[in-house]
Amino acid sequence: MKVLLAWVCVALLGASAANADLRATGDLGVVIERETGSVQIVNTSKPAMLSRIEGLGDLSHASVVFSRDQRYAFVFGRDGGLSKLDLLQDKIDKRILQAGNSIGGAISQDGKIIAVSNYTPGGVKLFDAETLEQLADIPAMYGDENKLSKVVGLVDAPGQRFVCSLFEGNEIWLIDAKNPRQPIVKKFKDIGKQPYDALLSADGHYYAAGLFGEKGLALLDLWEPEKGVEHILEDYGKDDEQLPVYKMPHLEGWTMASDWLFVPAMGQHEVLVIDKRDWELVKRIPVAGQPVFVSGRPDGRQIWVNFAFPDNQTVQVIDVKDFNVVKTLQPGKAVLHMEFSPRGESVWLAVRDEDRLMIYDTETFLETGRLPAQKPSGIFFSDRANRIGW
Amino acid sequence: MRLCFSGVILLLSTVAVADELSPQRQQELSNLLKHDCGSCHGLPPKGGLGPSLMPDALVDKNDAVLMDAIQNGRAGTAMPPWKQFISVEETRWLIGQLRQLY
Ligand code: HEC
Repeated sequence: MKVLLAWVCVALLGASAANADLRATGDLGVVIERETGSVQIVNTSKPAMLSRIEGLGDLSHASVVFSRDQRYAFVFGRDGGLSKLDLLQDKIDKRILQAGNSIGGAISQDGKIIAVSNYTPGGVKLFDAETLEQLADIPAMYGDENKLSKVVGLVDAPGQRFVCSLFEGNEIWLIDAKNPRQPIVKKFKDIGKQPYDALLSADGHYYAAGLFGEKGLALLDLWEPEKGVEHILEDYGKDDEQLPVYKMPHLEGWTMASDWLFVPAMGQHEVLVIDKRDWELVKRIPVAGQPVFVSGRPDGRQIWVNFAFPDNQTVQVIDVKDFNVVKTLQPGKAVLHMEFSPRGESVWLAVRDEDRLMIYDTETFLETGRLPAQKPSGIFFSDRANRIGW
Repeated sequence: MRLCFSGVILLLSTVAVADELSPQRQQELSNLLKHDCGSCHGLPPKGGLGPSLMPDALVDKNDAVLMDAIQNGRAGTAMPPWKQFISVEETRWLIGQLRQLY
């Protein structure tokens, strides 16, 4: 009898331990800790750190995509490291060094291919998402001398395609990876000087690359790529003084609310509002500094903006109803990134120099929580797995 | 002779200045180097949008070239001018740090 009881106890204990271990992937997020080359796995519904994974190399410009089952996170490091993390077992599942210097990556529509964009050697590489075996190497060769360009603004697009831009090459490439070992590349040349980053509309219809070397954006209609690339906003503010840019803006996701597209101005302390029916500039909203991220809350009602040095202690919120700044927050020194909960009731901020994450209620703008993190620089929630072009 | 003399003074002043930077300011500057320069140059600064600033990449470049790049930026490129935020002495300290990284 006593023995039996003991057995029941053990069984019960075992069962509850197993339950406590269950981890729903829809609750998970990955936080980049840039200085230590580590990441945290966090719970995003009940804010808490679940674990820390170390040994990921140079994460000074890291980004993350998720497998479609949301079990794995692929981390793209600056040093060319591609790490596949198992979010259920808190460990590195696989890790390769695939280039000397890398900037970001994407996962294909079917979740089977990982694409990485590299600075050195400039190009795109495709990998099997399961094994990280290399499938294709696409050097970003341009011009008559066959020079290699840095590749930026790589996104996934419907139809097993990827789109990217060549910083020195001034080109946009549309990569068809239906046969990932033999991708077909369609090149659009002279799209504007020095595309520095790009975004894709949520429906996969438009690809827009921001230009560093001249004003405006290069726009590609993926429904009708044969029409070629259009240069929009070519001469807005061309007589205004250019202010120095201490950090390159990022174009991430399509910050679109109904008919408007919101993008950071370059060298001007403004957020630009573009009417996507005719791609005309609707408004230049003055803000606190050089915008870095201009992120739309998932419902599109608010736009949250963070800034480059020396204004990176500030975050501003634009109300899309009337295009005005309705809130200015001072969360702490060096706010590097913002990530919304899947439906946008809260937003997480990475505050690098304060070594913390801060969570705000997006209706009341009140802080609802904070978590310690070592020099956090990026926050990525697993619901990205289901979004096109992230 | 005069040249040599001013060289000595320059040297002396470098040394003196390095001592003058408070530990707190040195801390701020190395944070800046790691993170704000690092956003373009990498961490360690092996290169990104901006070129590598590791000692081997800088051996052939004299201090004046680097000083000018950091203070005034490089027009037409993504390298911005920092003189509004970092003095000449502080820049000299930063260059010293870069030359002896790792
Ligand atoms: C917004 C991006 C960016 C930031 C931030 C940045 N740099 Fe640069 N830096 C560049 C680029 C691009 C170049 C290359 C310019 C060229 O082509 O001549 C460069 C060049 C340099 C050079 C000249 C290197 C050489 O080989 O001639 C030095 C030195 C340098 N940067 C130091 C710094 C320091 C120190 C900081 C921080 C205080 C910094 N940079 C921040 C983009 C940046």
